[in-house]
Amino acid sequence: MNIKILGPGCRNCVNLTKAATTAVRQLGLDATIEKVEDYAAIAGYGVMSTPALVINDKVVVSGRVPTLAEVRTLLSSAAV
Amino acid sequence: MSIAERIPTTAKGRVGVLGAGVGLWALAYWVNEWLWDAVLFTGFGLDPTSRITETIHFFLYDSLKILLLLVIIIFASTVLRSFMSVERTRAFLGGKREGVGNILAAGLGVITPFCSCSAVPAFIGFVAAGVPIGVTMSFLIASPLVNEIAIGLLLTLFGWQITALYVVSGLTIAIGAGWILGRLHVERWVEPFVFDVRLGGQVIDPSLGLTFGQRMQMGVEEVKTLLAKIWIYLLVGIGLGALIHGWAPTDFFATYAGADNPFGVLIAVLIGVPLYSNAAGVMPLVVALFDKGLPMGTLLAFMMAVVALSLPEMILLRRVLRPQLLAIFIATTGLGIIAVGYLFNAILA
Repeated sequence: MNIKILGPGCRNCVNLTKAATTAVRQLGLDATIEKVEDYAAIAGYGVMSTPALVINDKVVVSGRVPTLAEVRTLLSSAAV
Repeated sequence: MSIAERIPTTAKGRVGVLGAGVGLWALAYWVNEWLWDAVLFTGFGLDPTSRITETIHFFLYDSLKILLLLVIIIFASTVLRSFMSVERTRAFLGGKREGVGNILAAGLGVITPFCSCSAVPAFIGFVAAGVPIGVTMSFLIASPLVNEIAIGLLLTLFGWQITALYVVSGLTIAIGAGWILGRLHVERWVEPFVFDVRLGGQVIDPSLGLTFGQRMQMGVEEVKTLLAKIWIYLLVGIGLGALIHGWAPTDFFATYAGADNPFGVLIAVLIGVPLYSNAAGVMPLVVALFDKGLPMGTLLAFMMAVVALSLPEMILLRRVLRPQLLAIFIATTGLGIIAVGYLFNAILA
């Protein structure tokens, strides 16, 4: 599984990265987490509000920091 | 377990949770009225007429009062604004001409949830959707200038007339400055890569598909993160306010920075621009200085200068705007704020 965190690196992006890392560990998933900070690349995903969470190249959350529980749900439904 | 999972899903349960929250809040606000009298005068046996005691009392009372006001203002505005998004705003602005577009952009700038760390992606998104640069700038100016915390605090501390003056003048500055930037054809000072970016993928609108619990959760999270970020500005602001309240001679500021000092507004704006604080940190100072006879126009101009133009946002925007455009942006907004200050001092005198 490929997970991307889109955002210029503000506090929200850090929080989202933390949530994603924890969720991956808790679920025992085999996943890579990649940070995307380039503005053109972020726009390439159609994202205008950061941070955004991208799972397997699909934007699932944008413009807010989801809770750990929500990230877990999103990851496990993408893993099936 | 997150708040979203703990909040009841029935209408009755939701009303109950919100009602209990409002009740607790009102109780704390009411207790604050006499709590510090009891603690300082009865508990510690301090002399209520001494100046030091009075300053401490003012500081404690104001800290709790502003904290309580902030909690409810931030929570309510976050929940309400979770129904709006930058994506939705862009859809509204797409295809609008300048003029009407500037007015709409300034208004949407106030109600759209927007963090300055999203300024660059939003700017790119607007330009890619064909929104004119001047209209985009109206949005970016209005968003911090007409601040929801400032609106809430002004409303409770000074009443609706001053609040209305603030909102209307802030919108006017954002509309005017954006329109002027459009007339100057500042496109040439936007970094060229912006025009090559294509928005790909499917745009996700963050305002859609949220549950009631998730919106409540967003409100609580925002209260926590914002307070964690601004508490130091808040304490410094209230501390200075308490010192001015207790120790500055009654006519000190009125003499040196009163309505009859032609440079009052100018100096206030020049002090305010480099100051990096928050509307919540500035408001206790504004209240204390107003009590000492400083004119409202000067104070509003000072507050606007602090919140509208901040160095961190300029550094972010530098990624998409050339220095020439940044300079014009700062100059038009700054001149607008100065004009508003003088206008209000004349009207309210």
